[in-house]
This record gives sequence, structure tokens and C-alpha cells, in this order.
Amino acid sequence: MSGTNVRTATIAVLVENEAGVLARVIGLFSGRGYNIDSLTVAPVDEEGRLSRITIVTSGTEMVIEQIKAQLDRLVPVHRVHDLTMEGPHLTRELALIKVVGKGENRVEALRLADAFRARVVDATTESFVFEMTGNADKIDAFCGLMRPLGLKEVCRTGAVAIARGTAHMAA
Amino acid sequence: MSITAAPAADTALQSGAEVVLRALKDQGVDVIFGYPGGAVLPIYDALFQQNSIRHILVRHEQAAVHAAEGYARSTGKVGVVLVTSGPGATNAVTGLVDALMDSIPVVCLTGQVPTHLIGNDAFQEADTTGITRPATKHNYLVKRSEDLARVMHDAFYVAKSGRPGPVVIDLPKDILIKPAPYSEAPAPNAPHRSYRPVTQPDAARIQEAVRLLKQSQRPVIYAGGGVINSGPEASRLLREFVHLTGMPCTNTLMGLGAFPATDPQFIGMLGMHGTYEANLTMHGCDVMFNIGARFDDRITGRLDAFSPGSKKIHADIDPSSINKNVKVEVPIVGDAAAVLAAMIECWKSDPTPVAKEAQLGWWRQIDEWRKRDCLAYVQQGPIIKPQHAVKRLYEITKELGRETFISTEVGQHQMWAAQYFGFDKPNRWMTSGGLGTMGYGLPAAMGVQIAHPDALCIDIAGEASILMNIQEMGTLAQYRLPVKVFILNNEYMGMVRQWQELLHGGRYSESYSDALPDFVKLAEAFHARGLRAETSDQLDDVIREMIAHPGPVIADICVAKDENCFPMIPSGAAHNDMIMGPGQEKNAAAVTDAGKVLV
Ligand SMILES: Cc1ncc(C[n+]2csc(CCOP(=O)(O)OP(=O)(O)O)c2C)c(N)n1
Ligand SMILES: [Mg+2]
Repeated sequence: MSGTNVRTATIAVLVENEAGVLARVIGLFSGRGYNIDSLTVAPVDEEGRLSRITIVTSGTEMVIEQIKAQLDRLVPVHRVHDLTMEGPHLTRELALIKVVGKGENRVEALRLADAFRARVVDATTESFVFEMTGNADKIDAFCGLMRPLGLKEVCRTGAVAIARGTAHMAA
Repeated sequence: MSITAAPAADTALQSGAEVVLRALKDQGVDVIFGYPGGAVLPIYDALFQQNSIRHILVRHEQAAVHAAEGYARSTGKVGVVLVTSGPGATNAVTGLVDALMDSIPVVCLTGQVPTHLIGNDAFQEADTTGITRPATKHNYLVKRSEDLARVMHDAFYVAKSGRPGPVVIDLPKDILIKPAPYSEAPAPNAPHRSYRPVTQPDAARIQEAVRLLKQSQRPVIYAGGGVINSGPEASRLLREFVHLTGMPCTNTLMGLGAFPATDPQFIGMLGMHGTYEANLTMHGCDVMFNIGARFDDRITGRLDAFSPGSKKIHADIDPSSINKNVKVEVPIVGDAAAVLAAMIECWKSDPTPVAKEAQLGWWRQIDEWRKRDCLAYVQQGPIIKPQHAVKRLYEITKELGRETFISTEVGQHQMWAAQYFGFDKPNRWMTSGGLGTMGYGLPAAMGVQIAHPDALCIDIAGEASILMNIQEMGTLAQYRLPVKVFILNNEYMGMVRQWQELLHGGRYSESYSDALPDFVKLAEAFHARGLRAETSDQLDDVIREMIAHPGPVIADICVAKDENCFPMIPSGAAHNDMIMGPGQEKNAAAVTDAGKVLV
């Protein structure tokens, strides 16, 4: 058996945009006991025939190899790419973060938001909604800072990811 | 319907049900196993008005799927099932999972409530695609008439390509009634949009494998059901390769018949109830060539002690089977026949010298292990030993020389059938290996008999398992199918009893087959012949009479009640930790708690 070192993998999956395809992918993960740290999906071509799923998962090397092989053998799956293994790639996630508070906390929240390049997309005298894009770590860090300042609600998309440079994924 | 050089898409509209049948016909289907109901009445109506497809009316939808499996496994063709919505579909689920686990190509058509009622909890509505998603290789819900013909053809392609498996097509009733356009199946070489399994192996890997095997001092070839699924040519090539290399060959339960049981290079089945020599050969080998098997837990036993000193070559059509349980040095993705053909080619041309001397020594060791005669038993006195019953069945059928197909239920009798009935050809052995479904054997034998009307089809059964689909005796009667049910009646769920004896202090909780029916009378009630052998002197006569009778038979063979199936590698134990026979059960005391949690 190979080592027990656990790693994180960001996997991009190009699939037929058909009914049930997401259920198939999620069922595969739950049925075989794999982790899903995040999962995003949306159609990506003009005709809306193809969707791209980005899954962030973790496991031993053997498990991650299994996950890729299991995904690849689903009938509506066109391509599976392990972006983590295949070289440099970009990961982005969008978060909407609601902070409720007054006075000094409010000023501090706004100052930190500025430092993190979070945008204010809604404001009342007692609240902000920040919009923030970045990788998961950055959003985690920002949320951590907001917690003592009145963090009430967080909504995150999960990661989307793409390889850097000319390498690209085709059906 | 005119069948003149039809255009790719036929816009002359027919009902959806007619499109379904036309697609079946174009896919070469001549028989389907089914059971009617409200949602599929349009298909039944269309069936009534044609002659090219024969419908076999089963007595339970689970049996329809097992029958289709038996049909598929004995012919290499896709088995086809037709059931109604709701309970029809849910009854089929066990069969579908069985086919999934054993990689059997099946297309199952399920009725569904009309599209406008889907999701309304309508009468006999079930979320069939939801329920069967993890039970199938793939499934479809046809919501638009224009998709119907394409989906039908796609389903057959998916069921039989790559690693075969069951496919469900859920057909709402309005889709079956409304007119629908027809389109021909895509050309066989037209690439599928997304599903294109690799069948041709990588040449570099083949060479690596051949070199490892040539240099090996203690090689073994371990062949599984994938060789059978690949078609008879793969079995022929396996034989050629084994003879070419002079290596020992073992088969998995699903692979029996892929290599001839009577060949001197065959060392028997491996695994939990495999032979001493096969398991020790696996344990002690230095290079293992796995072709079309999946390192299932019944084979490997304790994983960290599985063949610890060997380099492993694994050829499989399903990349996800490789490196799943066991890490291998040489992975080869490809169809078994293509892999074997390439291996043979490469073996002949590669100059690497073969470690002949060492391999001779290896054979001497294997012959030592063979001398243990691990399947020996003593038949003495009037009580029939179950092993003996199978052995006599094998010998008598062999002597008669008729084309013989064997199916089994699940339990000790299944393992005895695997151990004592020798298969020299592929596609003659149907058993539920992956799921271990009691109730599989009778309907499977039925499907085999439909495909091979003149052959001798025998279900080697246990008295408990047979009751799980006993209603199919009615199907045998209706279609005059001369299937023989050969019950090894030990009045116990013997395999359960064996585990309770070995692992649970002999507390036989609920494993006694109480209140059994009189199987002779039961046979007669179903218009079949009932026979019974109570003592060993009656055994041969009953077997001969069973075979000679032109119709269906139940032969109730009353066997020793307390016999256990050996050799046995208790769950969680290593291959060299085998229990060889009665009196050695104390070895089972060594079963760890970690072993006990295993099934
Ligand atoms: C549908 C189903 N339920 C339960 C089991 C668990 N099980 C495995 S073997 C067995 C006993 C089978 O008894 P019998 O058919 O008499 O065969 P024997 O072992 O006595 O030869 C049982 C209950 C199973 N395999 N399948
Ligand atoms: Mg029994």
C-alpha cells in the first residue's frame, strides 16, 4: 500500500450538461466515502451542452487516483483533470459576508475590508455585506477577522480553478 | 415498417412504444424478460402486434433481471428486461446491482408515470433514475420523444462497451404513446460523445509485463471474469498464453471456465474457498499477472499480507479497478483479448531469456502443495456428502457429453459447485459473485435455457436460496424449459451456520431452515418432476433420472447437515492461514476482531 499522506486536490471535470449528472458525481463521492471540500458547477459552452465541475477534495494519493478514475468512467464525463498535479493553476472563490455592528467595530471592519480588497455591496447604518474574491485561505482569513467584529452570515461559492498558461481543457 | 436502406433519421412517425421495439430489433434483440403493468402497457400492446421479439413472462421482476444476466453471460449478448413503473422497477433493483457487481451487460426498460405527473407522487410512481443511479452503470429518463431512439441505441452501447454493466431507461407512459421519430444506431466505429473506454493496451507496458514474467522465478497467472466478458477469443488466447509461458494459472470464482479446469497448468480457484495450491502460489509468487480480475476482498484476504513479495501486473478494462485495493507495479488498461494478444506477440519477439530452471523448481513446489489434495473428502455410509453430490453430477454430465451450463444460488453449495464441477469452456458457469444474491440461480438458469434450448441447464441450489425465487418454477412450466434444480438440502443456511460455528461459538441463531416445503410435491405443484435422494446409493440414479427427464425437475438431494466448506481463509486472514478441514477450526480462533467485522 502506498503512503498515508493526505493531500488536497483540485479536480476539474468537464461533463455533458444533462439531468442527473451532478447527482451522479455527488453520489459517487458519498457512496464511496470520498471527501468533498467544495464543489461548483455551471454550463461553460455557448450551446449549454457542457458543464464544468470543480471539486476540491482530499485523500491519500491512492484515493485521489481512485477518485479521478471513478469520475472518468461515468458515462457523461468528458475529461478529468487534476489541476493540483498538472502544474500551476489559479483558484478563485466568491464570498458574500454579512457583518452587523456599530461604532468602532464598524470602522474596523471597513478598514480591514479595504486591506483585503473586499467590496461593500450593501450597507445599512448597522450592517455591511462584503463581496470578496480570492482563494479559500484568503476568505478564511477575512472571515476570521470579521468574527469578533460582528460576522453574522457567510455565503461562499466554493472554488473554481483553471490552469495557468496555454494548457486548456477541451471536450 | 419498411427496412429498405433507411435514412439516418426516419421522420415517418410511429408511437414511442414502436420506436422502442424497432430499436431493440435493430440492436439484434430477439428475447426480452419482463412483467407487465400500467405504465408499460403501450409496449406490451406493440409486442402483441409483432413476431420478431419473444417476450418471456417471469413471475417476479428480480427474476427477469437474473434471467437476462444468465442469457447475457451464456451468450455474450446484452440481456434485455422490461418492467413497469414503481414496484416493477424497485423489484428489479437487486438484479441490477447484481449485474453491476458482476459486470453483466443488461438493458432494463422501466415504465414511468407520464412526464406531467413526474414528481407528484402519482400512482406507482417511484424515482427510478434516482433509485437506480448507484445500481447501474448508467441510466436515462426519456423526457422528449425526439431523444427516445438515440437513448435506446446509446444504452446498448454503454451496456456492452468497456466494462459491461446494467443500464436503465425510464420511459414515461406519454412518451410511449406519443409519436416519435426513429433514428438508426450510430455506426459501430462512430466515437461516442463522452464515453470512450480504452481497449488497446499500451505497448510499453506490455513489454514491461512480458520482461517481468520472463525473468520471474515464481510466476502465476490470475485470471478473472473480465476474460469471459471479453468474449471466447480471450479465453482461447489465455490458454495460448498459459501454454506458451508454461506458467501456473488460477481462476477467480467469476473466471471459472476462462482456463480449462482439466488442464495440467490449472491450479484451481483461488480465494476464500480456493485451493491450497492456488492460494499458496499466489502468496509465494514473485510476479503475478492479473488479467481481468479486481483484487476483490474474497481473493486477497488480509490486504497487508496479500502476496507480500511479488511484483504485480494488472490488466483491466476499467482503470478504476487498478490500484484500488492493491498497489501494482505494472498497470495495463485494455480489453482482455487485446492484452493477451499483445502479450503473446511480445513474448515471442522479446529476447529476454526465460528463467526456466527456477520456474521448474517453482512447479515442483506447486506439485508438493497439490499433494495436500485439499479437496479430498470421505464419502462413507448412507449419508450423502454434498461435495460428493456435486462431484457425481460433474462426472455423470461429463460422461453424457451434453453441452452443460451450471448456475448456482449462494452459500456452501455455490462454493462446492465451484470446487467440484470443472469447467473447460467459458460462458458455462453463472454465479452471483460480487453481490452474492440468494435467488439468482433459478432465474439465471432459465435465461440460459432460453438462449440454449437444447443444452442441459442445472441450478445447483441450497434449500434456503431456492425459496427466494421459487415462483419461477411457473415460468419453467409455461415455456417448457427443462431446467434442473439440484438442491443440496442440508436443512441449514449452511454458509451462515458455518460462520456461526467458526466465529460465534456455535450459536446457530436463525440459520436452521425450518418448516421446509416438500420439494418433490412442490415440483409437482408446478407441473415439474420431483425427485429425492436420501441415501448415497440413490444419488446416481436420481442424477441420471433428472437429466433424462425431458422437462423441468427439482432434485432434492438430502445431504449431510453439518458439513463445512474447506479450505477456508477466514475473513481478515492471510493466504497462508488457511483452515484445511474439520478439526482445524481452532485456527479460526486466531481470527482477530478486525477480521470479525469483515463480511
Ligand atoms: C438475498 C440474500 N440474503 C441473505 C444472504 C446471506 N446468506 C449467504 S449464504 C446464506 C445461506 C444460504 O443457505 P442455502 O441456500 O441453504 O445454502 P447452503 O449454504 O446451505 O448451501 C445466507 C442467508 C444472501 N447471500 N443473499
Ligand atoms: Mg442449505
